Amino acid sequence: MPKATRQSFGDALVRIGEKDSRLVVLDADLSKSTGTGGFLKKFPERHFEFGIAEQNMIGAAAGLALCGKVPVAASFSCFLIGRLETIRVAVAYNKTNVKLAGTHAGIGIGDDGTSQMGLEDVAAMRALPGMTVLQPADDLEARQMTEWMIAHDGPVFIRLTRQVVPDVHAEGYRFQLGKADVLHEPAAAKGEAKLQATVFASGGTVGPAVDAAKSLAARGFRVRVVNAGSLMPFDLEAPARAAAESQRIVTVEDHNITGGLGSAVCEAVATSGLGCPVVRLGLESFGESASGAELYEKYGLSAEHIVEACLRNLN
Amino acid sequence: MPTATASSDTDMKAVTRELRVDIIRMIEAAGSGHPGGSLSVIDLLSVLYLKTLRHRPAEPLWPDRDRVVLSKGHACPALYAVMAKTGYFSRDLLSGLRKLGSPLQGHPDRLRLPGIEVSTGSLGQGLSIALGMALAAKLDKKDFKTWCILGDGEMQEGQVWEALLAAPKFKLDNLIAIVDYNNGQIDGSVKEVMDLEPLADKLRAFNWETIVIDGHDLAAIEGAYAQAARVSGRPVAIVAKTAKGKGVSFMEHPCEWHGKAPNKDEADRAAKELC
Repeated sequence: MPKATRQSFGDALVRIGEKDSRLVVLDADLSKSTGTGGFLKKFPERHFEFGIAEQNMIGAAAGLALCGKVPVAASFSCFLIGRLETIRVAVAYNKTNVKLAGTHAGIGIGDDGTSQMGLEDVAAMRALPGMTVLQPADDLEARQMTEWMIAHDGPVFIRLTRQVVPDVHAEGYRFQLGKADVLHEPAAAKGEAKLQATVFASGGTVGPAVDAAKSLAARGFRVRVVNAGSLMPFDLEAPARAAAESQRIVTVEDHNITGGLGSAVCEAVATSGLGCPVVRLGLESFGESASGAELYEKYGLSAEHIVEACLRNLN
Repeated sequence: MPTATASSDTDMKAVTRELRVDIIRMIEAAGSGHPGGSLSVIDLLSVLYLKTLRHRPAEPLWPDRDRVVLSKGHACPALYAVMAKTGYFSRDLLSGLRKLGSPLQGHPDRLRLPGIEVSTGSLGQGLSIALGMALAAKLDKKDFKTWCILGDGEMQEGQVWEALLAAPKFKLDNLIAIVDYNNGQIDGSVKEVMDLEPLADKLRAFNWETIVIDGHDLAAIEGAYAQAARVSGRPVAIVAKTAKGKGVSFMEHPCEWHGKAPNKDEADRAAKELC
């Protein structure tokens, strides 16, 4: 059912905690917001409150991991990557089995405004060797990714929404690392007509992308929607296929357009050697206070903007 | 068990002289490195590795070993010297310091050199990691200790004070922080750059059992370690007053020999003084 992915993640932690005694959870005075409250209630002896001191929390997580624990350190994603140098050395360079859960991704958080919005976190995390970067689109994928990352041996950053997101996956969906999945496939066309567009979305923008494709389908435009939940490693095949089969690629992310999903898609298209224009929707500035829906409209992430990006004259 | 031990104080004194020469020769061969802070910390590390630690150099991943985090990672020539002495690896490796393909990186790298617990060098991070290790020991009801060696300049990093605030909350009496208080850093004396005083009072105010010693008095060091191991209910800080470049007269200066390698002539003079 529709849920904030932070909540789905928190629910999954409780279930995993029942069978995996290695799991420990660390918070920096935000356990009421990160989704870890359920774990704290159920397993208080395996929950550690570090106060408003994220870099110490991240360093301690590395130490716990070096002694065989599987620590999840949670905070708003902007506060985690504010401690990038600690993440770089204590987590990435040391290859410690630390799971960083960055909630409150993007302008989707709404009213609290820019200082609470994670808008550069994917760019920072993608630049760290050995880091796995995940962003679930819905409840099912968030639970599966959480299970996957606790079982995985190595550092992971998972990016989660504050806002409720719709269910976009069917029950039988299985998350695979390094694989994008098609959420909306247009009806087959006669002849060899290329798709009007392939839209790549991730996290909070997946819902609007699917809405946009449905609205375009009703108007006779064939658009495929691809969910890129695994931002690193990134599925290089999906953009290459999109470049071959589409007139254009549109990327839409609740993040700065530098270094995130749009960049990853452009890198993959360039590497493929196939020419295809890429329209990147996302932030090029900081955000501001308003409702999440108003901000998605203002900053070009709504279904209407995605429709326009699929149809706009590129010349 | 360590393959090298020193039975008497006289032997220990000789060992620390020998390790000082190793440090000088290693940095001379590398052509770069940090002699000042390596020479200030070597007595602390020698006593720790030869007299105090519960460890098995031939089995560096032995689960019950005490953990050592050299947060002041730039002093790794001292750590490498003492690790070679205790049998973690062959002494022949020392001459490869900082060279292409050597496991002896310019700052310690746990993935390249077995026996290094944590890759360090970015100052201010080690105590948090050590805290996490001590927390894991408590969770698993294991009795190993975690020893973290910090530089005094490093104490200017905010993260250190976050960790100092947190360790007493978790009652980590299995965590011992050793401050190599040599009063030197790159831009000058610690006192001039950013004074830490009154450091021991600050640590006590943060609820750490705090012991102040002369960090070159081998018996005092051994006594402080034994005392630290007996403390119950809260973490222990050992403020060790040291001298940068200790043991080599012309290197005993707060900042001149922080990050400068001796040339052959200087290394020969240093070795002569030490032998």
